[in-house]
Amino acid sequence: MTRSKLEDDEYWNRSKLKAFTFDDEDDEFSRLKESKRAVNSLMIDVDDEDDNFEKVSWSGEPVGSISWSVKETASSNRSGSEPCFPKIDTTSSLSKQGSGYSLSSLFRAKSKSGGFQSFSESFSETSIRTYAPELRKPKSDRKDFVSDLSPEETVRRMQKGRAYSLEKFRSLQDKLLLLDEAVALYDGNVITAVLIYLKKSLNKDILFRELMSRDVALHHYVHYLKEMGEQKLLVELLKALGRTEDMALVQYKENLGMKDEGRRRDFLKSCLSLPFSQDDATHVQDHYTLLERQIIIEASDKKSDGEIFKRFPRKASILNMPIITTLYYSCFYHYGESEGTYSSPANIRKTFRISEKQYILTALGARAKLRLWFDVDSLFNTKNWLGYTKKKSPIGFHKVVDILHKNNAPISVLQEYVNLIDDTEVKLSMALKYKCHDIVINTYRDLKDRQQLVVYVPKLERDSVEYRKVQEILSNGQIRWKN
Amino acid sequence: MASHLSYSRVNLNILREAARKDLREFLDKCSGSKAIVWDEYLTGPFGLIAQYSLLKEHEVEKMFTLKGGHIPSAAVKNIVFFVRPRLELMDIIAENIARFNYIHSHLCNLYIQNKCEDKLQPPRDFHILFVPRRSLLCEQRLKEKGVLNSFTNIDEYILDLIPYDSDLLSMESENSFRECYLENDQTSLYHTAKGLMTLQALYGTIPQIFGKGECARHVANMMLRMKREFAGTLIPTLPVFDTLLLLDRNVDLLTPLATQLTYEGLIDEVYGITNGYVKLPPEKFAQKKQEEGGKDLPTEPKKLPLNSAEELYAEIRDKNFNAVGAALSKKAKIISAAFEERHNAKTVGEIKQFVSQLPHMQAARSSLANHTSIAELVKDITSKSKKQSYLFIFVSRNSRSVILNSVLMQTSEVFFENLTVEQEFMTGVDTDKVCTYIEDCIAQKDPLIKILRLVCMQSVCNNGLKQKLLDYYKREIIQTYGYEHILTLNNLEKVGLLKPQSTMRNNYPTIRKTLKLWMEDTNEQACGFNPNDISYVYSGYAPLSVRLTQLLARPGWRSIEEVLKMLPGPHFEERQQLPAGLHKKRQPGENRTTLVFFLGGVTYAEIAALRFLSQMEDGGTEYIIATTKLINGTSWIKSLMDHPEAPLF
Repeated sequence: MTRSKLEDDEYWNRSKLKAFTFDDEDDEFSRLKESKRAVNSLMIDVDDEDDNFEKVSWSGEPVGSISWSVKETASSNRSGSEPCFPKIDTTSSLSKQGSGYSLSSLFRAKSKSGGFQSFSESFSETSIRTYAPELRKPKSDRKDFVSDLSPEETVRRMQKGRAYSLEKFRSLQDKLLLLDEAVALYDGNVITAVLIYLKKSLNKDILFRELMSRDVALHHYVHYLKEMGEQKLLVELLKALGRTEDMALVQYKENLGMKDEGRRRDFLKSCLSLPFSQDDATHVQDHYTLLERQIIIEASDKKSDGEIFKRFPRKASILNMPIITTLYYSCFYHYGESEGTYSSPANIRKTFRISEKQYILTALGARAKLRLWFDVDSLFNTKNWLGYTKKKSPIGFHKVVDILHKNNAPISVLQEYVNLIDDTEVKLSMALKYKCHDIVINTYRDLKDRQQLVVYVPKLERDSVEYRKVQEILSNGQIRWKN
Repeated sequence: MASHLSYSRVNLNILREAARKDLREFLDKCSGSKAIVWDEYLTGPFGLIAQYSLLKEHEVEKMFTLKGGHIPSAAVKNIVFFVRPRLELMDIIAENIARFNYIHSHLCNLYIQNKCEDKLQPPRDFHILFVPRRSLLCEQRLKEKGVLNSFTNIDEYILDLIPYDSDLLSMESENSFRECYLENDQTSLYHTAKGLMTLQALYGTIPQIFGKGECARHVANMMLRMKREFAGTLIPTLPVFDTLLLLDRNVDLLTPLATQLTYEGLIDEVYGITNGYVKLPPEKFAQKKQEEGGKDLPTEPKKLPLNSAEELYAEIRDKNFNAVGAALSKKAKIISAAFEERHNAKTVGEIKQFVSQLPHMQAARSSLANHTSIAELVKDITSKSKKQSYLFIFVSRNSRSVILNSVLMQTSEVFFENLTVEQEFMTGVDTDKVCTYIEDCIAQKDPLIKILRLVCMQSVCNNGLKQKLLDYYKREIIQTYGYEHILTLNNLEKVGLLKPQSTMRNNYPTIRKTLKLWMEDTNEQACGFNPNDISYVYSGYAPLSVRLTQLLARPGWRSIEEVLKMLPGPHFEERQQLPAGLHKKRQPGENRTTLVFFLGGVTYAEIAALRFLSQMEDGGTEYIIATTKLINGTSWIKSLMDHPEAPLF
């Protein structure tokens, strides 16, 4: 027995037919295990994604941006909590009158095919699946398959989401008839579908020509090209229509999406020759020049180790900033450079024809930020023909004071500019606002307003210069007070 | 609650129910368990139609937002995409499905190789539901991407007009103004006409149609044509609406530019209302938590629904903001008096009655608390008297609150300066000169949209700006905000918001005087107490669009033919035949019902003005308002910009 058993075993083990092995250590089984593991790991991978995936908060807000969206997982749903849900009560108030209606059935009573119709000019690979449900329909509906429908019937089928075929409209006349029928339906969806077919099957010059006399179809076509990003064709179309300014703008618009500044610059350069309106042409030229300069300035400033860059490290690159911001930057980092350099305020001011007002405002902001009051002073200094210096400003001095105050100018500087305000009332209110005591006191004195002066005394520090000054004035018998 | 939709004369709940029925039908079409993948934009509007429990009843087990990459795994039979017909969304869907198919086929191969029969998840059924309409263009894109075959169902969910409140319908079609007036794309008008056909199917044929503007004409034409086509299929219903008034937004470009001064309007201006909800800074709503001992302030915005289901809100939303404080304190007295009642309750029966009222009273109290907080928030921004509190707070040691309040003071000053300039423009003061306030705002790099709003307003109130002035503003804007904004400026010119003055004389003063757009009134009127004219919604300015509506009802447009000719687009009247026997027999003294449809958007202040007219004792007309989109000046201008404003620094 034992021997024969051994023999048997031997026989089995020797056998080349591996079909009936029951050995646990079998290769194939372990291979299966391995793939099972692989499968599992794949599954886990997918599950992990699940956690990273944002859930919808059912609350009437786009979710992505907001942090408080409730994570609506299946489990929390089952527990019945709907925390973020608008409390709409459905249990009651079902309107008897309306409950019988459904929006779609109102107009689709006859056409509810319930299935899925594909968009295809011909019956392509989707057909079988698509029309399977249709087979169950009454015979009359099988007209779907025949392609001898009139243009009118065809567009109606398209509108109702039923199967259709456009292939059979071969002649130009037929195609245009089809387009006109689509336009008559007003349904943009159908019009666009027909236009796609025409685009595929017609020479573009002919299509353009025909669209010119068909306003509605034309608008849809333009919209379609924009949507599809068919920039080249759109430009050609606008050109053919003689809408050259639109064409130029559409092309210029492309620069908005460009991240690489070099590419953007080159693109803007290529825009220069486009037929913009006169004004826009100037602006586009300026845009190009500005970016070109910014690239040069950026390259040199990035590695600059000048004193000013160490004291005030740049927070952002100057690339693609508006011109006024660029001017501010230049007044901040490159003040006093000669007009010959691209980065100098003088050069920028001249190249971009910046008004005196804008220039003064910007330079003032930049120099005040650096607390360089001498520079601020010299912005407004003008010499008259006698050689006296006088301060003049294209912007009201009250605005100058505001800007200085925003930049934490010391009271002595503020005082000087408050004094330059012509209008006494404005001057007084600015002096009060920024606590320029001396000016307040002088003004009240000049107005001979004793009462106000008395009221102002408590706002002054005792035994300060101003305090003593007020006391002096109040006790001065020479002044003829008005009150 | 949806029940508030049925409060008004026209029961808009019928419309909502019809929409719900459609949704249920679609969900049942995809039998078995399902997960919905949402186009984020749609969750808001859908929330107004159905809540999650409805979806759950129809075996929706999970919901995700549409995103690139994998679809999260879910053990469901169906995966349903709810999307707007947009090409970029199709690309995401295609990526989702391609990845799913890849993994699935990979798994299948592994299983087949290994003759493993257990537990392979069956493939999912994919469905796509286009809202509000299917698009052949999108289907083509799916086909190009090779995934069209993966869908079992492609359907559309016609959600044209969404009921927002008992008297308000919106299509929430974000770009309708831009599409109609800038791009000449009339798709949204087609949807409008379709939506109006739906309304007529539910509420009966509207016998009279009036309109003003090119788009209005177009919509009316489409409606009349569709009506002929559906002639046999509609079930005759007694008409609920007497009149439809279609108004182009570009007939009245001025109104949305002005800052709205009603409670609801200001909330929208300051915080923005989306789909009937507002998100507010949480600080003012934190009191309760502090009482409970929780120290940390909530950092997430507080989100509140705003609609007429809330009794207090329905009462105050259309008031001029100046009158809101008084209304709130009056309400507070009533509520505390009601709570005091408990001391008078002696018998068991009385106590029982008091207790039964408690939930209602508590709801009223929390509603009052919320609106007091909101009113405070809005007041911080609009109130003039902030200066004093600024000085006062300066004394306190808390340096953080000093900074906070000095900022607030500035905003309130800015708000008033801004308002003053707006009112000057609307009354025709110095509209032909450079406005120093606008200059200053540009110099300070205030948000570009604010600048554009003001410049456009000046242009509209002056029937165009002198070429030199226009060029000056344009140059200042482009130099300060960037050259790329020539695109936006061009757009504004194309829609007529900005324009050079033609040789024609400025007709705005004539329009203003004839239509009484500016009401010089007593102080009380301007402050919004006991108003007797719609001008209270802008503290003096009566919205042109609503004035036209008012004059149509009485004495009729014939009296203002001259002015109508000055406004853009044709004005017209059409009549629709009613089936015999459906002519409404009006009871003496019974009000007429008019549906006013704003093509291209309507503001909350205009809605408030129309509600005011509805409530006037001798008005004789009740208004239901419909629109393509609820807008304010900011969202409107934004929709016309080609380069959305990026923050400067």
